[in-house]
Amino acid sequence: MSWSWPYFFDYMINGLMLRGVWVTIWLSIISMILGLGLGIIAALMKMYGNRIARYIAEFYIWLFRGTPILIQLVIIYTGLPQLGIRFNVVESCILGLALNEGAYLAEIIRAGIMSVDKGQEDASRAVGMNWRERMWLVILPQATRTIIPPLGNQFNGMLKTTSLCSVISMQELMRSAQMIAQIQFRVLEAYCIAALWYLLLVSIWGLIQARIEAHYEKPFGAEEAISSVEN
Amino acid sequence: MDDIGSVVSLKNVKKAFGNNVVLSGIDLEVRKGEVVVICGRSGSGKSTLLRCIDQLETIDSGQIRAAGHLMGFKEVKGKLLPLHDSAIARQQRDIGMVFQNFNLFPHISVLENIMLAPARILKRKRSEVKQEAVALLERVGLPDKQNAYPRQLSGGQQQRIAIARALAMKPKLMLFDEPTSALDPEMISEVLDVMVDLSKAGMTMIVVTHEMGFARAAADRVILMHDAKIVEDGAPGDFFERPKSEHTRLFLSKILQH
Repeated sequence: MSWSWPYFFDYMINGLMLRGVWVTIWLSIISMILGLGLGIIAALMKMYGNRIARYIAEFYIWLFRGTPILIQLVIIYTGLPQLGIRFNVVESCILGLALNEGAYLAEIIRAGIMSVDKGQEDASRAVGMNWRERMWLVILPQATRTIIPPLGNQFNGMLKTTSLCSVISMQELMRSAQMIAQIQFRVLEAYCIAALWYLLLVSIWGLIQARIEAHYEKPFGAEEAISSVEN
Repeated sequence: MDDIGSVVSLKNVKKAFGNNVVLSGIDLEVRKGEVVVICGRSGSGKSTLLRCIDQLETIDSGQIRAAGHLMGFKEVKGKLLPLHDSAIARQQRDIGMVFQNFNLFPHISVLENIMLAPARILKRKRSEVKQEAVALLERVGLPDKQNAYPRQLSGGQQQRIAIARALAMKPKLMLFDEPTSALDPEMISEVLDVMVDLSKAGMTMIVVTHEMGFARAAADRVILMHDAKIVEDGAPGDFFERPKSEHTRLFLSKILQH
């Protein structure tokens, strides 16, 4: 059995494959958004919380950064039912990916917050902002500029990490390729198509990320600064 | 308040950073409309004094009343209880502060810098707030900079915007922490001009500065701090011509010799 172009092109637009692509996209986006929320909460708890909040945040980050995502997924889906805690496949995937992502993002967000000039805290206090207002209106928007590049990198990773969900039978892109490969045993063609789809998704994300970065850099643009110094 | 006319009243205010005493029992009264200039060597406690008045630092003991508030505390049955973050923030709204390094919000435009607190904190109508912000830009002489980002402005322009941002909250008291120390010499006067205008309009101001020209022109009183204490407090004429303290004579000889 040698390489077959007809199978290759057929698999590219195979319904099962396209479904897998779609699942990978929304699974990545939902997990990333939830992970971002968890990351912000964990970062704020670690930086501004009382001792108990700090310990909880540090324990969470330590646990989920210190163990493989694959084990986390398997424990959530196949281990927890032993204790009577049941999640379906989709829930397990989102939960595992978001918890894992949140632990990494917490450290990225913490670094972003620390990169904001100390004078910004003074200035926002001085106009009468309370902690929540200082965070949401002044500190986090500025931290975003520092956070965006590594955040984009994390999402790039997320798109590919979702493939591990195939292990707990989530029908995303990787699982679709496995299923297609089993039909006619065109293993190489099927996995190459899956790989190509990942490449395409990651490339599209790269373009989107560049635009987001440009947006957040705009207030700090160097060329505009030079042009208006005279007046 | 003991004195109805006092906008600022400090009683035996003490503050130390570890073993380093920065304020050792400061008493100070500033009346409504008064302009008080504070000078002194670096490390004499003058910046910390301003920061304590605006609750950017907490004091170890004593009492600060400013703009009608007992700063940082509330009085319950004769006892002083420390306020939480949001209540302190509400007190701070009545006091404007201008910093050495401007500290404008770099991620938003000049107009948004001025509008942010009144629109988002006081939740006032945007159209109204915008009108006032435009008027403030006019007042500090930068009507054409609405849409610029802070990064695009010179230091003097940024500091004038910072003054406008503080004024947007309609404060009863303005604190200036070395407002011209980070500026190139040719930009100092544009900032001082705005401050002189403000003093003429009747604003109560405490200004930490080494600009003795401003002190002579606009101050009602000049104070010298030395080693965490106020060692001289008088009208500019007395301060410069007939200082009582040896420290003042020494300080003046040092800054006036060139």
